[in-house]
Amino acid sequence: MSAPGTLAPLPVLGAGGYRIRRSARRSSWLLGLGAGVLVLLAFMPALVSSGDTSLLVNVFILLTVSTMWNLLAGYAGLISIGQQAFIGLGAYAVVVAAIHGMEPFTVIPVSAVVCGVLAVPVAALVLRTRGGYFAIATWVVASTAQLVISSITSIGGGTGHPVPGLTSLSPTQFAHLTYWSALAVVVVALGATYLLLRSRLGLVLSAVRDDEDAARAAGTRVSLVRGAVFVVAAIGCGAAGAVLAVSQLQVQPASAFSVQWSAEIIFVSLIGGMGTIEGPILGTVIYFALQQNLAQHGAWYLIIVGAVAVGVAIWFPRGLWGTLARRLRVELFPVGYHVLGPPPQDSGSPT
Amino acid sequence: MTWLNAILQGLLLGGFYALFACGLSLLFGVMGIINLAHGDFAVIAGYVAVVLVPSTGLPMVLGFLVVVPIFALGGYILQRTLFQSALRRGDPMTILLVTFGLSVITENALLQAFSANGQSLNIGSLIADSINPNRVVSISDISLVVLGVAVVLLAGLQLLLSRTSIGRMIRAVADDREAAELVGIDHRHVFGIAAAIALATVALAGLASGMITEFAPSSGTANLLFAFEAVVIGGIGSLWGTLAGGMVLGVAQQIGAQINPSYQILAGHVVFLAVLAVRSRGLFAVREAA
Repeated sequence: MSAPGTLAPLPVLGAGGYRIRRSARRSSWLLGLGAGVLVLLAFMPALVSSGDTSLLVNVFILLTVSTMWNLLAGYAGLISIGQQAFIGLGAYAVVVAAIHGMEPFTVIPVSAVVCGVLAVPVAALVLRTRGGYFAIATWVVASTAQLVISSITSIGGGTGHPVPGLTSLSPTQFAHLTYWSALAVVVVALGATYLLLRSRLGLVLSAVRDDEDAARAAGTRVSLVRGAVFVVAAIGCGAAGAVLAVSQLQVQPASAFSVQWSAEIIFVSLIGGMGTIEGPILGTVIYFALQQNLAQHGAWYLIIVGAVAVGVAIWFPRGLWGTLARRLRVELFPVGYHVLGPPPQDSGSPT
Repeated sequence: MTWLNAILQGLLLGGFYALFACGLSLLFGVMGIINLAHGDFAVIAGYVAVVLVPSTGLPMVLGFLVVVPIFALGGYILQRTLFQSALRRGDPMTILLVTFGLSVITENALLQAFSANGQSLNIGSLIADSINPNRVVSISDISLVVLGVAVVLLAGLQLLLSRTSIGRMIRAVADDREAAELVGIDHRHVFGIAAAIALATVALAGLASGMITEFAPSSGTANLLFAFEAVVIGGIGSLWGTLAGGMVLGVAQQIGAQINPSYQILAGHVVFLAVLAVRSRGLFAVREAA
């Protein structure tokens, strides 16, 4: 499967009057809308209660990890069930740094980098596998990380550990700082994904996903590319885990490394649409909308979530955003290529 | 002697994992389905037995077996409806999302119907019986039965796949669906049969797990991970590999537990990752991994 517009055959530039654009129609005003939303989000703590901002923190965390998963699955063809490994490690990196007297909020980027470093040997191991094997291997890695962390008593073992160094802040300061950290992480994650996909690496990734043999034959160092994406995804998940640790004031291995993360990520990404940056955004909104409206019904809420997953998979295999974007021909984050025909035929696309 | 016992217990546990894994291996090997609901299906089998068997009036262990044909039929129907629609999309993610959705639905529907309390299948005195060659080694009868069932089942499946015409059709469709279609095989029917067999083995695994330990609505996920590990250690496409994979995993876990009870699962993971590092297609793979 390929995202709308990705990897259209590239004609020689200029030959026969073909032109190539990276933006679909209506992208520019949508981008303006996005910027407006971002400004609104930045001022949100002044507008809504702290309960609402802490809900938004959870939204941003899930969106960050789903965006990273989507980068792996939708663009690199690597289906992971183990991104919670890096969520948990990112969270514990904050705990360890805070125990040693560092300021938890400033440690968030450091935790992300730590996860990136830890991801290098993991990538070397799990990228030996493909398809279903890869999915299972990542799940086992996450479970292994959980068991190892749970066996270290100095960071609380199986019961977890509070994040020290947060008590000096007032509740309002804490809520605002947490919110802005989460917002910063998700904006950087989305922005980095967008730039990465528009870069040369993005093109190579699409080539590898769509036809690995052809990409290899064209001289792509496939394993290096996959490794790079795996490390980037680990960095993003580590940052999200660090925000999680701060926002929860404590970390427990059973919840930080829970396979439930993968369940939510898969739901959000596939409902919204894999292989598009917008998909996880729409998916996350839908997920939290369902949660807010149905959570009081307990098990029934999750039964509905499961049924929605099955229904979307069967009837909207491109995900809701994928279906919508195809029909309306809109793209919020244009990462593909659009080949415009020679000028005489080019009536429908004003420049 | 305690180490010998650990290894023996590991082999027995491996039988249980193999029983759990063979349906998974079949779905994965034939249809390329990563069935995330596999563990939950096994839990359903346990609950069906709990609800149904008292009303049939059959003797206990025999009565449990009623669940197997029900599951086989359910497997065929599931494959012909939901799984087939998902497979038609030609995207492995679709089927992954469908089985994931089924897993969430199953777990929570069971929670709604039966609460989170653990249940087990009453097998009378059989649960306590064991063979004790000496003071340390103790082999429980029921785990021996489970291992025996696993071996017979795998041998039967192997024979079915290699000797019968339906087995040939299953292998043909797994190897090359288009070519099989060209010689007149309806792959949807063959997939249905394979799913029926897979679900029948899931029912057996669920019954076994209900007899050996307790089960609860959420217990499917842990068993699913172990079953996946057994399949990958053994290698796709090899049923005996699945048995060997289950035993490697079981022995690793029991030896880990012997060193320190909290190392049981970790030791299994370490062996799994070591196998990946050395032979990423599994120890006994006969075919290219998907």
